[in-house]
Amino acid sequence: MKMLCCPLNGPRNVAEFAFGGEVREMPDPQTCSDREWAEYVFYPPNHAGVIAEWWLHVPSGYWFIAERNRSTDEVIRTYDPSEIYTTRVDFAAQEESKA
Amino acid sequence: MSKQRQGLLITGDAPVQFTFEGQRFSGLPGDTLASALLANGQWLQSRSFKYHRPRGPLSLSGQDANTLVQLGPEPNVLADRTPLSEGLSASGQNYVGSLAKDGDSRLGFFGRFMPVGFYYRAFYKPRGIWDRWEKVIRKKAGLGVLDTQREAGYHDKQYLFCDIAVVGAGPAGLAAALRAADAGASVLLIEQDPYIGGSLAWHRYDVQGGAAAAMLADLRRVEAHPRIRTLTDATCNAWFADHYLPVIQGTRLYKVRAKQTVLASGALEQHVVFHNNDLPGIVLCSAAERMLALYGITPGNKALVLAGNDQSCRSALTLADAGVQVSAVVDMRASPDDPALLQALSERAIRYIPGHTVYSARGSGSQGRISQAEIRPITAPGEVGNTAETIDCDLLCMSSGYMPAWQLPCQAGAKLSYQDEVAGFRLSGQAAGVHLAGSVNNIFTAEAVVKDGERAAAAALAALGYDVDVPESVSCALRPNYDWPMFAHPKGKEFVDFDEDLQLRDIVNATRMGYRDIQLVKRFSTVGMGPSQGRHSALPTARLVAKATGRTISETGVTTARPPFAPEKVAHNAGRVLHPYRQTPMHHRHLEAGAHMVPVGDWQRPAYYGQPDQARHCIESEAMHVRNAVGLIDVGTLGKIELRGPDAAELLNRLYTASFDNMEIGSTRYAIMTNEHGVVIDDGVACRLGETHFYITATTSGVTRVYRAMTQWNAQWRLDVDILNVTGAFAAVNLAGPLSHKVLAAAGTDVDISAAGFPYLAYREGQVAGISARLMRVGFVGELGYEIHVPARYGEALWDALIKAGRAFGIKPFGVDTQRLLRLEKGHLIVGQDTDGMSHPGELNLNWAVDRKKPFFVGQRSVAIMKREQTQRHLVAFELPAGSETPAEGLLVLEGAEVSGKITSCAYSPTLDKVIGLAWASSAHKKPGSQIVIKSAGGEPLTATVVKLPFYDKALSRQEIQA
Repeated sequence: MKMLCCPLNGPRNVAEFAFGGEVREMPDPQTCSDREWAEYVFYPPNHAGVIAEWWLHVPSGYWFIAERNRSTDEVIRTYDPSEIYTTRVDFAAQEESKA
Repeated sequence: MSKQRQGLLITGDAPVQFTFEGQRFSGLPGDTLASALLANGQWLQSRSFKYHRPRGPLSLSGQDANTLVQLGPEPNVLADRTPLSEGLSASGQNYVGSLAKDGDSRLGFFGRFMPVGFYYRAFYKPRGIWDRWEKVIRKKAGLGVLDTQREAGYHDKQYLFCDIAVVGAGPAGLAAALRAADAGASVLLIEQDPYIGGSLAWHRYDVQGGAAAAMLADLRRVEAHPRIRTLTDATCNAWFADHYLPVIQGTRLYKVRAKQTVLASGALEQHVVFHNNDLPGIVLCSAAERMLALYGITPGNKALVLAGNDQSCRSALTLADAGVQVSAVVDMRASPDDPALLQALSERAIRYIPGHTVYSARGSGSQGRISQAEIRPITAPGEVGNTAETIDCDLLCMSSGYMPAWQLPCQAGAKLSYQDEVAGFRLSGQAAGVHLAGSVNNIFTAEAVVKDGERAAAAALAALGYDVDVPESVSCALRPNYDWPMFAHPKGKEFVDFDEDLQLRDIVNATRMGYRDIQLVKRFSTVGMGPSQGRHSALPTARLVAKATGRTISETGVTTARPPFAPEKVAHNAGRVLHPYRQTPMHHRHLEAGAHMVPVGDWQRPAYYGQPDQARHCIESEAMHVRNAVGLIDVGTLGKIELRGPDAAELLNRLYTASFDNMEIGSTRYAIMTNEHGVVIDDGVACRLGETHFYITATTSGVTRVYRAMTQWNAQWRLDVDILNVTGAFAAVNLAGPLSHKVLAAAGTDVDISAAGFPYLAYREGQVAGISARLMRVGFVGELGYEIHVPARYGEALWDALIKAGRAFGIKPFGVDTQRLLRLEKGHLIVGQDTDGMSHPGELNLNWAVDRKKPFFVGQRSVAIMKREQTQRHLVAFELPAGSETPAEGLLVLEGAEVSGKITSCAYSPTLDKVIGLAWASSAHKKPGSQIVIKSAGGEPLTATVVKLPFYDKALSRQEIQA
């Protein structure tokens, strides 16, 4: 069984973790095209090589990010999401509906 | 036996009585079943799989299938790994009649009419012929007898942790363990055999003899080392990622987690392929040495050694020194590497015949044991001359070289490459932290093996951060493999694979049939599929296939060696079931009331109160009681999440489809959650407890997903809100029915529960029966009702108080199946039952619960896109008149010949005296009054009428206090 190093709890069996998909940027849902939105929703990049992934340490409810090589299954590093999500995210109010 | 046997494993002299094939034998303490039989001259121990040929031990170390016996109720037990015990009773297997007189051994004579792939090809056509023949063939080809009534007995599991796991306690493993432990690392040493030392315990490493014993005496220091734990008789059955090792010892499965692994798993001695090379009495050299050293058995009276390396020549010396008359050493090579061997052989009057091979063997007597060997000169690889000499013998020891035990290294990512200069495979490229040492690493002299073990340990220590020098790789000049030890014979029976009775031509013919890839050769011929999993057949098969297909042996390779390394029993992996269910604080009250409990998500819940054979009656009467009087249901399994902080409302806005900014304190709001696809994934009720404080319920099985979504999104959004899953912290009940407010008043509460004081969909806090409670006026079941949440530790007290207060009003508990009927009558959907992985709000008539104008929610864009599209399907409500059949959930809705949907919920409603349900149907049928066609269980169509929801209480008056 694989080991994963949780930034909060240290190395633990991978059975203690849940996968949360790739880390990726959401296009602006108000301004992007339908196609851009559909590709965001349905086509995660899923390429071979190093990918940043969301992982949850289930017993402690802690989300973190792991950089993992999907070809070799090697985990390069794990870190707290605050490393890349540094500021509060807000969504602008919708423009007055055209109807 | 005239003289008492002395062997490393023989621990006493009190005879151990046992029976084999109904005959009484006597062995000694420490014997295995196989060694005790050999000591009694019983070489015939089993029959082969396909041709029922007589077989005896080959490796005497559990690495072949020649000693498979039936041990009481257990089939396919390796006699050479089964400790002898008083009264043990075993028999051979795979025969008709008796082991000695197998009526089916004549199958061998028909062998040439049963070429490789025979079964596949012969019974392929005409259609149906296989069905007729299969039973007969399986009976002939089966192994052992399975007792299906047998109990597996006690088995268990244990976790172990160490810095360095060392697999194999031969010289390399022992040296590695000592080097690592001396430096301060904790070491787990795992040895498949019941003793440590490996080949040092029985092999002659020098011409004079004695070097091995001296070296082993030194290495025995592991036994007392405080940082080394040794497991003997323990098989490391796999290497899994990050050094997770399943180790089986007896009835226990150890799950070992190491930080580094040293694989000192040794090498498997290889046989020579010649006519009748499978007769009892033909053994690997190591097996004869084991018989002598471990069990004190004289393996034969007149021995012949077929050598492919110096090791086998030294085996001849050992045999001679033990009093066995060795007629000759037939060496396939032109000369030994070590010239001193010639002198030593001649001193013992052993004839040395270089450049020859045993070309065929002949057996005789009741056991079919070898009695003669015909030797011929080797003229070219695989070819022999015409001058033949026949030598009498009752023992033939052979060795054509070694195959590194490649299974675990390959599981750790190593690749095999064949090196022509050593005529053997070499392993490289294994995962970081896995170190090979000793003969698995193609190192063979005792001194080099020890050095290699120390080198591997140093590399492991360095990886763990110890300040150590890692020596250069150790080299070894020995070349123990003879490059073409295979000699075709016109009569065949030169076995490449003993397990599957595969001869030389079977492998070659498979390639001629077009199966050129080694994996296809395996599947077509079954080579390597037997119990020994190619331990002796992989190397010759690679050589044969490479030659037949004109490729290199490296290109050809060997087939994948997946775990487990050795057979493991289901009982090792099964054992106790760890599948806990959560129970609410009122659980035992339900049991006392006769509830029929069912699993719901992680929980156990009452389905209804009564016997399963009365289920429908129980559910209908519980439902009628809620409609007409008052009922109480335990809803503590509902998910519960608490949000606190200035951004609590904002987080809800972003995750649920409704808007929460304008919610008044003390109110509730129905909330549905969509994912980024716009699919409804959960629903619940959000309560506003304060400006910055919300309490949200979620579905029993969905709360984990909801909580994860909230925390994952907020890890990105960084909103100022604290998210807490309090599912287990609160117990909850729903007190429902026209008399519910009277029960609540009788139980005692300081909350104003008048119609004006506590209106529908309001939230209140206060005391109920002296317990601090959160109360919601919700209407899931369609009657006046109060959902009451209290700290879990007061759950039972609340339940008892409400049951007691309700007694005057005839209160009855009801279960989750009853609740499902009640909510269906009211037209409330259940996410996950009435919805699927594609259901968006528009299809579910939930657009009213979606605020499309707010800045953002997770599924907003997808919901907007789908709202623009023409929906193809719709969740509709339908009814059938009373007396019609109640179609089961899951039955299809048809549109002509096409399937347009399916039933998601359906039940007979005693309140309405109709059959009602929800179903997916094409959008064309969403209008009330439409007819939909359901394919009933019997196949005939049922026509149902689409109606408007709710089925029950269209005036929405039942949720209020009745006058």
